[in-house]
Amino acid sequence: MKDMDADGYTTADGRRIGSVVMEMKNITLRFGGVVAIKDISFDIREGEIRAIIGPNGAGKSSMLNVISGFYNPQEGEVWYKGQKRPPMKPYQVARQGIARTFQNIALFDGMSVLDNIMTGRIRQMNAGLLAQAIWKGKAEAEETENREAVEKIIDFLEIQHIRKTPVGRLPYGLKKRVELARALAAEPSILLLDEPMAGMNVEEKEDMSRFILDVNDEFGTTIALIEHDMGVVMDLSDRVVVMDYGKKIGDGTPDEVRSNQAVIDAYLGVAHD
Amino acid sequence: MAQSSQAAEGLDSIPALLQRNASQYANRPAYREKEFGIWQCWTWAEAEKEIEALALGLLNLGVDEGDFVAIIGRNRPHFYWSMVAAQSVGAIPVPLYQDAAAEEMAYVMDHCGARFAIVEDQEQVDKVIDIQDELHQFEHMIYVDQRGLRKYDHHKLHTFAGVQDQGRAAYWEFIEDLKERRAKLNYDSICVMLYTSGTTGKPKGVVLSNRNIIEASRSSAEFDNLTKDEEVLAYLPMAWVGDFIFSIGQAYWCGFCVNCPESADTMQIDLREIGPTYYFAPPRVFETQLTNVMIRMEDAGRLKKWLFDVFMAHARKVGPAILDGKQVSGWDRFKYALGNLVIYGPLKDTLGFGRVRVGYTAGEAIGPEIFDFYRSLGINLKQLYGQTEASVFITLQPDGEVRSDTVGVAAPGVEIKIADNGEVYYRGPGTFEYYYKNEESTKKTKDAEGWVATGDAGFFEEGSGHLRIIDRAKDVGQMADGKMFAPKYVENKLKFFPNILEAVVFGNGREACTAFINIDLNAVGNWAERNNIGYASYQELAGHPKVLEMIQGHVEEVNRSLADDPMLSHCQVHRFLVLHKELDADDGEMTRTRKVRRGVIAEKFEDLLGALYDGSSEIYTTTEVTYEDGRKGAISATLQIRDAAVVPVGNDKKVAAE
Repeated sequence: MKDMDADGYTTADGRRIGSVVMEMKNITLRFGGVVAIKDISFDIREGEIRAIIGPNGAGKSSMLNVISGFYNPQEGEVWYKGQKRPPMKPYQVARQGIARTFQNIALFDGMSVLDNIMTGRIRQMNAGLLAQAIWKGKAEAEETENREAVEKIIDFLEIQHIRKTPVGRLPYGLKKRVELARALAAEPSILLLDEPMAGMNVEEKEDMSRFILDVNDEFGTTIALIEHDMGVVMDLSDRVVVMDYGKKIGDGTPDEVRSNQAVIDAYLGVAHD
Repeated sequence: MAQSSQAAEGLDSIPALLQRNASQYANRPAYREKEFGIWQCWTWAEAEKEIEALALGLLNLGVDEGDFVAIIGRNRPHFYWSMVAAQSVGAIPVPLYQDAAAEEMAYVMDHCGARFAIVEDQEQVDKVIDIQDELHQFEHMIYVDQRGLRKYDHHKLHTFAGVQDQGRAAYWEFIEDLKERRAKLNYDSICVMLYTSGTTGKPKGVVLSNRNIIEASRSSAEFDNLTKDEEVLAYLPMAWVGDFIFSIGQAYWCGFCVNCPESADTMQIDLREIGPTYYFAPPRVFETQLTNVMIRMEDAGRLKKWLFDVFMAHARKVGPAILDGKQVSGWDRFKYALGNLVIYGPLKDTLGFGRVRVGYTAGEAIGPEIFDFYRSLGINLKQLYGQTEASVFITLQPDGEVRSDTVGVAAPGVEIKIADNGEVYYRGPGTFEYYYKNEESTKKTKDAEGWVATGDAGFFEEGSGHLRIIDRAKDVGQMADGKMFAPKYVENKLKFFPNILEAVVFGNGREACTAFINIDLNAVGNWAERNNIGYASYQELAGHPKVLEMIQGHVEEVNRSLADDPMLSHCQVHRFLVLHKELDADDGEMTRTRKVRRGVIAEKFEDLLGALYDGSSEIYTTTEVTYEDGRKGAISATLQIRDAAVVPVGNDKKVAAE
């Protein structure tokens, strides 16, 4: 493991990683008799890009769903910003500043890109229903303010040309980017990305990687991501958790993980003789 | 003379014109840029302040008179300000193509010895950092967009706003120096240096003086009655002379507003929102737009399609005549007005041409169908012929004398002569000073009396007195039987089909002509969709038998039309193949302005060229490709070679076996 203390560490490219912001302690998640996650512990530090990898069915998405509050584990504790988190609904977790994207894009197809991203600002809109309906006072000021924030994200992710296009008409790679935009619009302190590069071609992957790094660099957002593409993971992330059959089999920097025998076995397979 | 009268008014440099505009048109818009979804506007007075702050900042950084300042970025007000700020301190702006690869940039920046560069974003910063070891004189870089650059070493790196702030802070320290340097500028000082892409060899730095730029801008603005009320959209590469003339020369001379799009991808939307009154585009842009319109009309409802067909047929009949002010019957005018209400008006608005008063196209020949389409809609689209060395203008088409096959009459103040070998020569106030550090080329191109060789072969048409360009003089060759070979002429005829994006015709010194063809993915893809032809990649589509059949049809049609031309009937294409990759500037097959590099292509695809002449019906080939980020890969394919039917001409009775 690299030099690390309670205050964090400095990465090879000179980024300063802070203290632990989220910690999973001995998480176990069961669906009936099936154990999806078994006694897993790891932490996520402020400003870091943390990847969770593993073969199909390893329990990666379940883990992400535990973090986002979609599943509540039967055993174990989730600590967030120094406090133990009680069982929560996903919207409550979202209010705490954790935003996510989905493996199988969950956008509103009939709405424009702009409107989709605006929905990410829901936490920042407090005007009452009536005020919003008659479009006066606070509601108007709020919309202007939020639109400005959204426009900055549109500019950041270079999707100006599709601002007014209905999402349903967009190709896959762009939809993924819009989804990222919506998650960013919530100004999260932790961003969860569920397979952000699944189904993309090489060029789209490169673009997406660039954006993920830029988000981390520009806004200081902590990012936890699940990804299949090993190359991408190793290039992007600061630290990697490796899962297999619901268990943690490795944790460390990409180099450490790459040379870990258990990881190599899980990925390449071992002879069962 | 007008020239001396301006010098008397002191309007003999771009910074001087800026001072005039800042006082005369203080509250009129000078620049607009769409950012964060809103058009931001700077008036002439504000623009002058921005430029002054930057100029002071440049002095603060130590820019000397005569220094070269490289400018790399897409069209944004910041870069136009940068050019004028550089001029204000006596330096020479050198705009570069922002999509050029690092080596290309290295050559240019080393050649001019740029000490400073003003660039757009991380991508450009990275490129310049990559090459800076080769650049001995290079010192400071200024960038506009901060994204991703926060953690870079900022010893030699400055933000645009930061430089301006320092300039403002050091106002009293440097303002006298700035004024002094500005006052020194005159008609003879260098205004800008532009590198020509060149279809052969290394780029050459064309040095243009204030006299060149201002005279060319003034006379062309008068030619088309441009006023301070024009709106232009600046979207063509800043390194190209046309953009410099339109967005700086004419804009400063007339005092009109330059609008910058939000990004390269939003150009069409921005065009529509701005509705320019003065518009320039290479034929390719008009072609693409027309193709898009046609594709969308194919998908339109029956009534709409019927209306479109009926009224477009009428527009083609009388539209150009109405535009030229010729006599048209009352009934036809009425029908045209009706068409304007239901079809032409909305269509022009969608295309962003609703307000175009003067439109130009140049750079390549434009297809007569495309040209007529726009003119029949009532858009005053004209052609001009020009080059960097002439500060654009050599010939222009006057209103009312517009045709698709000529390039018009000599621009005001320009003299033209045709040499014995057919090459076109010109001289005029816009004629460039010299090629930077390249005396040999200067001598070869520009003679002692100021005549410049264009490298194009052409002739004056009898009767109208308009110039007609046939081909690049060096491309015009001879076939094996000694007859004239003009590849470009044939290629243009092929490219007029929307399905054909590029064509390269060979035949110099050979018995017969053959061609490489690139399909247009947009048009052919749409056609494939409508005909239930499945394909997974460009390569697969390009090799599809039905596509080949369609292209063959086009080639044969071109052959039929060539047969009618006594001069070029022997240039019919006997055999052709459809290339498995698009010709690309990154692979060196085209110039950055998208002109084909015949020599490079012939060399690179030597095997294919051989197969065209040895009678084989297919060939397997592997080609190296360069990706955008500079990495290399290879693609391989088996290409079909097809024989096209040719029309027998005169004594030549040869018909290809088919």
